[in-house]
Amino acid sequence: MSNNYSKEHKDYIRNVKTRERRILYAQIFLLAFLLISWEVSARLGWVDTFITSSPSAIWGLFTDYVANGNLFYHIGISLAETIAGFVIGTIAGVIIATWLWWSNFLARVLDPYIVILNSLPKTALAPIFIILFGSGYKGIIITAISVSIVVTIMNMHISFKSVDEDKLKLLETFGASKVQILLNLIIPSSIPDLISTLKVNIGLSWVGVIVGEFLVSKAGLGYLIVYGMQVFRLDLVMMNVAALGFISALMYKIIAAFENKFTKWQK
Amino acid sequence: MPKRIVVELEDINMVYHTLENETLAIKNLSLQMHEGEIIGIVGPSGCGKSTLLSLISGLIKPTSGRVIVNGELVTKPLRNIGYMFQKDQLFDWRNILNNVTIGLQIQGKLNEQTLLEAKELLKSYGLEEFMYSYPYQLSGGMRQRVALIRTLLLKPEILLLDEPFSALDYQTRLAISDEVGLILRENKKTAILVTHDIAEAISLCDRIIIMSKRPGTIKDNIEINLSCNEKKTPIKLREAPEFRHYFNKIWKELDIHVQ
Repeated sequence: MSNNYSKEHKDYIRNVKTRERRILYAQIFLLAFLLISWEVSARLGWVDTFITSSPSAIWGLFTDYVANGNLFYHIGISLAETIAGFVIGTIAGVIIATWLWWSNFLARVLDPYIVILNSLPKTALAPIFIILFGSGYKGIIITAISVSIVVTIMNMHISFKSVDEDKLKLLETFGASKVQILLNLIIPSSIPDLISTLKVNIGLSWVGVIVGEFLVSKAGLGYLIVYGMQVFRLDLVMMNVAALGFISALMYKIIAAFENKFTKWQK
Repeated sequence: MPKRIVVELEDINMVYHTLENETLAIKNLSLQMHEGEIIGIVGPSGCGKSTLLSLISGLIKPTSGRVIVNGELVTKPLRNIGYMFQKDQLFDWRNILNNVTIGLQIQGKLNEQTLLEAKELLKSYGLEEFMYSYPYQLSGGMRQRVALIRTLLLKPEILLLDEPFSALDYQTRLAISDEVGLILRENKKTAILVTHDIAEAISLCDRIIIMSKRPGTIKDNIEINLSCNEKKTPIKLREAPEFRHYFNKIWKELDIHVQ
C-alpha cells in the first residue's frame, strides 16, 4: 500500500480490518464453544452419549472411514448423483423456460400444471420415480432432477419475461430475429437470475438425492444416514450430516466464484 | 426549393384494444416531414406521441391510414431508422465498444471497416478511454452519448427521439441536447423529437407540432424561426429574442391545468 494516504484514511482502513477480524474470531469462537461444550457434557455424563454421541467419537469414526476409504466411496456416489441431478435439472429447466418464453401460448397452456408442480413437495413423487425408473442411480437422479427443475423453469421464465420493453423495441428497430433477441438480450440479461437459481438448485439437488437414497440405495451418504439410524449409531449419522454440510457449502462456494467471474459487469 | 418528402402520415387512426375497453389513441392524423427537417412533438401525457414514433418506425401498424417512408408503404420495422429512448438502454453485460456495435452485429454489418468507424466515433466523442469499460462505470451523460453513437453507426436516414434527454440531470441535459442538435444539423438528418420540455423543442426543432389530449390529433403546427448572429447552436438559440414568444405561444396552446 502506498504511504500517500492521509492518517484518517489509514485509520479508516485499520478500523474496517479490525472489525472484519473480530467477526471472524467470533465465528470461530462460536463453533469452538459449541464443540467444546458438547464434548465436555458428553465426558462428564451430563448427556447420554448413546443419543448425542460426542465430537471426539465422531472424529474417531471419521478418521476410520477416511483410512479405509469408505467415506470417499459413499461421498463419491452421492456427489455424482447430485451433480448429475443438478446439471440435468438446471439445463432442462432453462431449455423449457426458453420454450415458454418463445411461445406464449405454450406458457399459458402449461401455467396451471407448473403452478401445481411447484407447490407440490417433489419428494412425495420420489416413490413413483423409483418404481418407474428402477431403484438404482437412475431413480435417485430423476428424483433429484424433479426437485430442481420446476423452480428453474419458473424462475427463468419470469426472468426472461422481465426484460425491459424498450430494450426489446431497440433490437426490433435493428431488425433482430427472435433467435438474435434470445441470444443477445434475453439470455445475457438473465445471467444473474440464473446464478441465484444455481445456488438454490445445489441445495435442492441434495434434497432429492438424500431422499432417494433414504428410500432405496445401497450406497451414498443418505444410505449411511439411514443405516446409522436403524442400528442406532448416532455418531455415524452425525458424521455423515457434517460431511454433507461441508460438501454442499463447498459447492455453493464454487458457484459463488462463477458468479464473480460472469457478472463483473455489475456494480 | 421544395424539399423531398421523407415521411408521410395519411389520415392515421390508432385504436388500442383491451378486454375491458378500446381506446382511440390517435385520430385522423396527417403529417409530412421533409428531408433534413427536425420536428418537435409536444403534448400532454398519453396523447399518443410515442405511438406516433412506433408507427413511423414500422413497429406497429395503424388501425387505418397509411405510413409512407421514402415513397414506400411501411409494413415492417424499417432498417434506415434510428430510435433513441428515454433511458440509454445500454446492455450492462457488454462493454462500451460492444454496446455501440450491437446494431451492426444484429444486421450482419460488423467488419473491420465498421469496427474502425465505431472506434473513431467513440474517440471523437471523448469516450476512447472508456471503450472497454462497462456501462455502470459511465455517467448518465456519457451513457446517452454511447446510445447516440450506437444509433449513428447504422447511418439512419431518420432519427426518432423519444424524450432522449429526460432521464438526465438538467446541466447534462442541456449539454447533450446541444451536442445532439449540432450533430443532427451537421449530418442533415431528418428527425422527430418527442419531448415534454418546451424550451428544448424550440431550441432544437424547425417545426413544432402540438398534439391535443387523447385521442391525439394535431392541434397546431408552428414553424420556428429564431434569429441568431453567431453559429446557431441550440444553447445560443435560447437567447434569441423570439424564443420567449414561441415559448408562451406553445405553453398557452398546450392548455395544461394541474388539477
